[in-house]
Amino acid sequence: MTPATVVLIPFLGALGIALAHRNPRLRDALCWVAAVLFFIGVILQVGPVMSGTGVRQVLWELLPGLDIAFRVEPLGLLFALVASSLWLIATLYAQSYMKSLGYGHLARFFACYAIALGSAAGIAFSDNLLTLFIFYEILSLSTYPLVTHSGTDNARRGGRIYIAYLLITSIGLLLPAILWTYFAAGTLTFAEGGILAGHVDPFWIPVLAGLFMFGIGKAAIMPMHRWLPAAMVAPAPVSALLHAVAVVKAGVFTVLKVAVYVFGTDLLSGSGSGLWIAWFAAFTIVAASLVALTLSDLKARLAYSTVAQLSYVVLGAMVATPFAVIGATMQLALHAVAKITLFFGAGAIQVAHNRKTVPELDGLGRVMPWTFGAFTVGCLSIIGLPLFGGMWSKWYLVLGSLEAEQRILVAALLLSSLLNILYLLTIPIRGFFAPAAEGVPTEGIHEAPLAQRVAMVTCAAACVVFFFWPGPLFHLAGMLVP
Amino acid sequence: MAIAELMPFCVLVPLIAAPVCALLPGRVWPWALALAAAAASAAIAALTLPAAMGAPLSYAFGNWPPPIGIEYRVDAANAFVALLVAGMAVVTLPWAKTSVDAEVPERQGTFYALFLLAFAGLMGITLTGDAFNVFVFLEISSLATYALIAHGPDRRALLAAFRYLIMGTVGATFLLIGIGFLYMMTGTLNMADLAERLPAVRETNTVRAALAFIIVGMGLKLALLPLHLWLPNAYTYAPNFITVFVAGTATKVALYVMLRFVFTVFAPDYSFAVLPLALVLMVLAIAGMFAGSWVAMFQANLKRMLAYSSVAQVGYMVLGISLVSVTGITAAFLHLFNHALMKGALFMALGTMIYRVGSARIEAVRGLGRVMPWTLTAFALAGLSIIGVPTTAGFISKWYLILAAMEAGHWWLVMLIVITSLMAVYYIWRVVEAAWFQSRPDGAPAVAEAPLSLLAPTWLLVALNFYFGLDTRLTVSAATAAAEALLGPVAGGARP
Repeated sequence: MTPATVVLIPFLGALGIALAHRNPRLRDALCWVAAVLFFIGVILQVGPVMSGTGVRQVLWELLPGLDIAFRVEPLGLLFALVASSLWLIATLYAQSYMKSLGYGHLARFFACYAIALGSAAGIAFSDNLLTLFIFYEILSLSTYPLVTHSGTDNARRGGRIYIAYLLITSIGLLLPAILWTYFAAGTLTFAEGGILAGHVDPFWIPVLAGLFMFGIGKAAIMPMHRWLPAAMVAPAPVSALLHAVAVVKAGVFTVLKVAVYVFGTDLLSGSGSGLWIAWFAAFTIVAASLVALTLSDLKARLAYSTVAQLSYVVLGAMVATPFAVIGATMQLALHAVAKITLFFGAGAIQVAHNRKTVPELDGLGRVMPWTFGAFTVGCLSIIGLPLFGGMWSKWYLVLGSLEAEQRILVAALLLSSLLNILYLLTIPIRGFFAPAAEGVPTEGIHEAPLAQRVAMVTCAAACVVFFFWPGPLFHLAGMLVP
Repeated sequence: MAIAELMPFCVLVPLIAAPVCALLPGRVWPWALALAAAAASAAIAALTLPAAMGAPLSYAFGNWPPPIGIEYRVDAANAFVALLVAGMAVVTLPWAKTSVDAEVPERQGTFYALFLLAFAGLMGITLTGDAFNVFVFLEISSLATYALIAHGPDRRALLAAFRYLIMGTVGATFLLIGIGFLYMMTGTLNMADLAERLPAVRETNTVRAALAFIIVGMGLKLALLPLHLWLPNAYTYAPNFITVFVAGTATKVALYVMLRFVFTVFAPDYSFAVLPLALVLMVLAIAGMFAGSWVAMFQANLKRMLAYSSVAQVGYMVLGISLVSVTGITAAFLHLFNHALMKGALFMALGTMIYRVGSARIEAVRGLGRVMPWTLTAFALAGLSIIGVPTTAGFISKWYLILAAMEAGHWWLVMLIVITSLMAVYYIWRVVEAAWFQSRPDGAPAVAEAPLSLLAPTWLLVALNFYFGLDTRLTVSAATAAAEALLGPVAGGARP
């Protein structure tokens, strides 16, 4: 299967889902067909990449030297694998969740969901900045209806902040950065070792890097992070798959892609021109963790945790030593798996007990053991403790920062792990051991529907599996550095 | 018959068809004749463009050789504009049938006769190689346009037409004064001849004044800020079909005339040296881009919003000219063509909506996305083109404009173009949000999707926006040839 076909599957799926809006059964079946086909399509790309060839496909030439083209390389493949496999699990979860809470307009919802995944695949497989930019914008636009899905004033307000931040940063900063790159390097096509070396005055490299990194609003470096908490008005499956996986990971994926294939790791680590952004990222990591400590709304707390975790990737990409890039790449995958578990948990709690704030969850762990068990695993993986996959990315990021002799960045990473314990791990601890909050049943099991539990436990299990078998992940990440 | 002899029929066919059309009864025949005339004209224009890419075509009327007689002289620049004007007439006329039946139920013979006159006038301005002939055709098309605007269903159309008449006449008079001065100094009206004779007398105040008069006169017809005041009302209150056609063609032709005088008649090394033209045009263009987009962001009437957006788009074209390079002029020609496509599509989608709901106000759009999905989707897609999203025609022209700005070393212009594009995002998004994310107001009458006769032409134009965004060979090569025809094939540009 060519990369273009793989990208096309979710778009065609979206069309089918939208057309089947009068027939719920057919609609649900189509959701599955699209997700499964998409997953198979991505898996089929593994072989060529591993053998080192990777398919390249020029779809259309807009102007000479400016085309829409796809190429599958290790980083894109990794992102596509994460997105496509988690889409399968999220489909299971979302169908159950949306029906349990009685949401309407499900055809529009699942169609936009599929389009968002298709755009994520387009971003993953893009061969040049123009193609990437097109899919980046489709992703922003297709997720707006999902954020505002409930249609309340609150949702609309959140949606406005969401779309405004993403569009203004991308058109106002990212697009000029792309144009600048084109005029400096004469090409937008990603290449091993970067395309900018020798074309831009070293004085301007930090500025250009700043335009890129702050322009990629989806990576949510402070002060471009406000959209992420605003997007939490969305239904839980949207927060889970999109705002923990597809959208934010598209952001940090773009960050990595730009760092590795546009600037080139040699240029970044050699000149240290990305370091000032790494400092911003370190600040974001600590500041977002501190904000998360003060929030009692569960999803808002998770959102700020996401802001902090995304900056790990930005930090790694900007430090740009081999270990840092490997750590950042692994973080992209491992954080996705852990964070989707947490959002699934938040949604499950809402379905089963309609509770949204942290103090209301005291004692709930005893009646929702599966949910809180999975939640605990997710927390531990994000903190980065051994026995959980999340440890590997933290490990390599710290190694990479040491390699670059950036002790303060190392300190920020470690401090953040401690803060994580405070604001994340306390949730399941109080859930299991604190006296029951008002209205929480004290006996028996009151769990979320089975489909949601299966989804959560699968993701939690993946967190553990990645600790023992990080090999394939490490192999893909290792292909990025010389 | 050689193409050079066929080419004048681009103008003659609609001109001759107009009086016949006025005599035809009913609602079908006048329209059918107008469509046939426009199609014939467009077919000839399509044959002319490839022939004119090489050496210019020349035709002497009544066998009076130039510079005595009236000469039609066609190179890549005017062949390109002529094809655009005729093409827009052919694409919009099928749409016009249903819309005009609703808005101008009576005396359609006169209406279509006036349309043919306006159309013939625009074609004449484009093709002629005679300066005075430009003025004559300008008046023919302008007078017809005033009358057409006055056909608008709202009584305010009369005032809008009257205002346009005053401003338009001032503009045409300025042009006439300028041409008069040139005739005084050189004794000729033929443009090619003028270009040869002017260098001898170029250091006189009369010639300088002539240039200034012509630029201001055309600036008025072009709606270059601050001479744009006639445009918003004229576009808002005209019948929808006239808005579509005029928005797509009239300002473009005025821009062409300005280019022709500045570059061919006066030669750029004179025009841009004797007046601070590059600076003035750049400042006015930027002011137009910002003021137009800014005002558009807050309009409650969507026709007026698109009209102000046109003021901004004219700014992009003039900005390209102010850079005085082949790339800059190419960008101007590309945007001239692409803007006709995108604004035509937007006004058609809007007109289709108005046909059903009877109002152009933003409140009327609320919740329409579900009721009239095809119409509103067409609007949103054409909106992408005006924003300049890659894969649309709008992207191509903005890309060339940015290319030209970078070539000239104007970094900051890129930022300004990006910012005004963001403003376009806002005013298009407003409509999208109202249509899909708000619900129909209580008590709003039930409406159905528009008839196919309106939707099909609208979607054709939307599709063209994407076609020319993907297949750029025709537009880019024609626009480059047009720019080279005006500037001479110098790479890099001829900045004085």
